[in-house]
Formats: sequence, C-alpha cells, structure tokens
Amino acid sequence: MTSPRPVTTSSDRLQRLLALVPYVVSRKVVGLTDTAAAFGVSERELVDDLNMLWCVELRAPDPYCPIDLSYEGGEIVVSQAEQMERPLRLGVDEASALLVALRMLAELGPVAPVPGLAEGSALSRTIAKLEEAAGEAGALSAQVAVQVDKNAEENVAAQVREALASRRRIHLSYYVPTRDEATERDVDPMRLLVVEGRTYLEGWCRSAEAVRLFRLDRVLGIEVLALPAEVPEEADPRDVDRGLFQPSPEDARVVIELSPYGRWVAEYYPCEEVTDIGEGWLRVVLRTPDSEWVRRLALRLGEDGRVVEPAELAADVRREAAAALARYGSGAGHPSVPAGEVS
Amino acid sequence: MSKRKTERLLSLVVCLLSSQRYLTATQIRAAVPGYPSSFDAFKRMFERDKEELRELGIPLDMGTNGPLDEEYGYRIPRQEYMLPDIRLEPDEAAVLTLAARVWRRAELEGAAAGALLKLRAAGVEAEETSQPGIEPRLAGEAAFGPLWEAVRDRRPVTFSYRAFGRSEPQQRQLEPWGVVNRHGRWYVAGHDQARDAVRVFRLSRIEGPVAFSGPRGAVKVPDGTDVRELVAEWDSEPAERQVAMLKIRAGTGFGLRRRATGEQPGGDGWDLVEVPFSDSAWFAEHIASFGADVVVSEPADLRDAVITRLKGVLA
Repeated sequence: MTSPRPVTTSSDRLQRLLALVPYVVSRKVVGLTDTAAAFGVSERELVDDLNMLWCVELRAPDPYCPIDLSYEGGEIVVSQAEQMERPLRLGVDEASALLVALRMLAELGPVAPVPGLAEGSALSRTIAKLEEAAGEAGALSAQVAVQVDKNAEENVAAQVREALASRRRIHLSYYVPTRDEATERDVDPMRLLVVEGRTYLEGWCRSAEAVRLFRLDRVLGIEVLALPAEVPEEADPRDVDRGLFQPSPEDARVVIELSPYGRWVAEYYPCEEVTDIGEGWLRVVLRTPDSEWVRRLALRLGEDGRVVEPAELAADVRREAAAALARYGSGAGHPSVPAGEVS
Repeated sequence: MSKRKTERLLSLVVCLLSSQRYLTATQIRAAVPGYPSSFDAFKRMFERDKEELRELGIPLDMGTNGPLDEEYGYRIPRQEYMLPDIRLEPDEAAVLTLAARVWRRAELEGAAAGALLKLRAAGVEAEETSQPGIEPRLAGEAAFGPLWEAVRDRRPVTFSYRAFGRSEPQQRQLEPWGVVNRHGRWYVAGHDQARDAVRVFRLSRIEGPVAFSGPRGAVKVPDGTDVRELVAEWDSEPAERQVAMLKIRAGTGFGLRRRATGEQPGGDGWDLVEVPFSDSAWFAEHIASFGADVVVSEPADLRDAVITRLKGVLA
C-alpha cells in the first residue's frame, strides 16, 4: 500500500486494525518498520494502532482484555488475539476487482513476458484459489469483463517475449501511420505496457536515442539480435499513471471544431480543452508535435471537422483536399457549392 | 477522525466475535465501553454502528439463543467473518500484486488495495515488485463507479446519453446486466426499459451523473446472458467483405499497401493496388486521409464516398 491516503476515516482505520492482528499472527514476529511500510503508515501511527488494540477492554460479564501484544525492541508479537487471528473475508468490490484484473491478465497470456503469465499456470492457480477464498463475493466478476486486443501477430508477440526474457536487442521494422512510412531501427526492449486495450513495447530506440513506445500491431518485422540490450541509465520509463502521451508545451496548439459525427476525436485523443459550441458541435484544443497527423485527421473528418488554428494548416488541408478531388476528374474536381459560398 | 469512535467500533467487533451466543443490546452496552448513559442515545448510536459494520462487510447476525428468549440479540458468526485459508506460492503472489496494479488510478484502486491488504494479513507475501516486465492498466471513466454498483446491487439506472452523431443527448433508462471493456473502452449492456430491447452503451458518451432509478435487487439478468458477446456483436464490423481497386502514388500509401492482396505498377509513377475491406464508411475516411496520394477506381460507391468526404473539407 504505497499510495498515500488523503483522508483516514475511522472505518479505514478500523479495517487496518482488523488486518493488523492477523498480519502479525500469520508471521509470528514482524519488525515495526516493515509492518509500517506494508500498511502504508508511519511507525508512529502503527504504534498508536498497536496501543489501541492492546487497550481493548470488554467490561462484562467479567472485565478482560482480549488482545495481548508487545512491540519491544522494534519487533511485534501478538500473544493473545482471541477471535481476531484471521482477517475479514473479501468484500464484493475487493474480490471482484482482483478477479476481473486476473482474468484480463489471463487474456494477455500470449504476449506477456512474466514467466507465470506466459504459461498461464500461475495465473490459473491464483484465479482458482482466489475464487475459492472469495466465495459468493467473487460472483460479480462474471458480469464485468475485459477483452484485450489481439491484433499483434503471434510471431511478433513471441519474439518480443523472447527478447525481453533474454534481455537482447531487437531490430524493428515499424509502421508510423502519421508519416505513412515503414521505419527501420534497433531497439533495446524495456517492458510491455498494456494501456487502454493496446499492447506497447517500451524500449530505448537507438536511432532516436530516446525511450519510445511501439504498438505491437504496427510492427511489420522483428528480429531478435545476438547482442545484449543496453538500456542507458538516463532511459526513464514512462509514468503510465499520468497517461502514455504527455503533450509538451513546445507542441503546436491546434484548434478543431467537430460535428456530432466527429466528436469521437475528443474521446480518442487527449484534449487540452473541450468546449460545447451548440447543436452537438465541440471545439477542442490539442497539442501535437506532428502537423502531418492533424492534416490526415482533418482529411478523414471531411465535413465533420474543421481546423480553425493554425490558419496555415487549415489552408494546407483545403489545398490537399482540392488536389485529391482534381484526381477524380471533372464533376468531382470542384466542390458543388456556389462559388460565393467558398471562402 | 474520532479516535473514540474507532475504539468503540473495534471493541464492538471483538465483543460480538468472541461470543458464541447472541448478545442483547443491554448486554452489549454493559460490555463495550464508550456508549452514552441514556438508553435512547445508546440505541441511536448502536444502530449507526451496526450500519457501519455492515458497510465494511462485517456479517452481523440477529437471533435468539432459544425459544424462551424474549429479546433479540446480535453476534458475528465466525465462519462468515473469517477469510478462508489461502496460501499462494511466490509466483502466484507476484501475479496477484500485478493484478492489483491494473486498477491503479481507476475506480477500483481502493477495492483492489483493500483486497491485497486482507490477503497479506492472511499471510500472503505479496510485495510490490519494481520490474515485473509488464504494466497493464485499465482506463478510468466517470460513469464506471455507479454502473459497477448498479450491476452489483441489481439496480436500474437512468442517465443522459449522446448516441453517435446525435446533436442532443437523450435520457435513457437501463437495467444493467454487465460492464465490459473492449479495445480499451468501457461499455454497459442491459435492458433498455423505454425501448424494451437489449442495448449497449459506451460509457464515454454518458453525460453527467448516473442515477439509480429503482431498488436493489430489481434487475433480473436473464439466464445464459453473455455480456461480452452482446458488446462484441454491437461493436463488430459488418461481415461482408469487398475488394477495392486503388491507384496509389509510388512510394506512398504504405498503410493501405500493408493490407493489399494484389499490387502492380500502373505506369506514370502510380501503382494499382487491390485492398479488401468490410466497413465502407470507415474505409472511405481512411482513404481520404491519404489525400491526393490515393485514388479509388472501384467500387463506385466507395469512390463517391471518398469524393463526398473530400468535398466536405472544402464545404
């Protein structure tokens, strides 16, 4: 539990207290420092918890203290715990959250480099044990499912797995859709990311000399080289929890207006601003280092999207559309609207 | 938060757990320190405490110890309280830790962390590994939390939904059967009450809050319902495959050539490329994105659809 809890309510604390006794009992002796870390609290908070447990007193029929423990010399020992030596069973949300996630991992099986995941045996054993321990609380997980894209070719997944496991460099032939080209590069693999249903290889790209993400379904060819992967010290893995694609302030600011049929753009790409401009239209502000990507997006959107800014890009898109129409010959070559309405 | 309240609740749990017999309110008041002296004030506080324990998932039984007992009592049945024995091998514990990370920054992060805490308390050594070689994540979505609860508690819901291409959102009433993540997006499937039909909704198109519109247990999921299947059907492409003949300028259109079933030089720096497709609306947009580098020769309706797209840019 490394994530900090902003507010500790008395029920949060009660749950911790109920877990603390069995945590110690199941391990016989535990260090104060380790236990505090495991519960995500300071040692001082932990000592407060231990004191509260030790002070529990029932007054009737005869007064007695059901819990006896000590933490002398930084080591916690529980010598008497009555009926508290087992944790509370899993709630529906708890059991189902883990089961849904485990079944998602099971779907990933073929691409996953983790030994237990690749064979699936550790996974299926864990799922079976958790289902048994959860009992009815796990039933909800049958109504919540996660399906993972399997667009990557079997061979690509196998080679990536092998390269990660043996820590070797790979040669990639990789399709970059925004530039519509196949690129060749050597990559030192770091790890796999599975985010928003897509699988990416994160690695040190030796041509760009930077950390890059490669979507497995865009890998055209892959070869595991006989060289060890050398990921340099400065290669910072991406912080997945902040989103895979972090726009940089240097990126160009692009403003696009989207019709009800073009609104999907706001769902698919991270937008800096989204404004409702009436009749189902949206105005979105995007940041991108790649104007070619915007040009292709605008051509794809047709009447369902209008590039507002930058003006040069908007003009460029119109020029390209006119050139494309010209290829279809007369009749299609010019927009069928009165000339006066074309600005 | 109140230390006294935590102490009282803790004592109450220990008291009810250690007794085999049902304890009456009067007996509980005598045993557990911290309750007020007035009986009415005690009753009110005790009611709130019971509710709080139930919310934490602590089973609370009500009953009598025999036919002669006049007053109902309470106890926590140990078998129902205790997490059954669970022992995990190191590789299984590693898998479990990885599973808990899937929800990080998403709605069930707290639930997954709570589960891990209890399993650790049961003796499972599930430590955070720094380099598992894989980082799976599920996307968060505002409507997910209430819909998860609705599916869990079998409650109907109502929400404002903007269907694809609609300029105005519409209010929908749904008996939710399940929630599915497909290609990284969340969907809910169920029975649409107003339309009296099975419907699938994408969570990202729900606007504003999701409200419960009926009591717990009101939703009956039909036997044999497969929500994955429902969402897959709703989301899948039309199956009929066609083949397009495209003129692609040499050295360009790589994204189309990847899917080609035939390719030959057509002279003047153009190639003739044969590409299969099934969703013609999507394919027309895709072709338009290549601008003047790609021209559709056949079929005619695809050609017209691309021309319409391109004209739309100039409109």
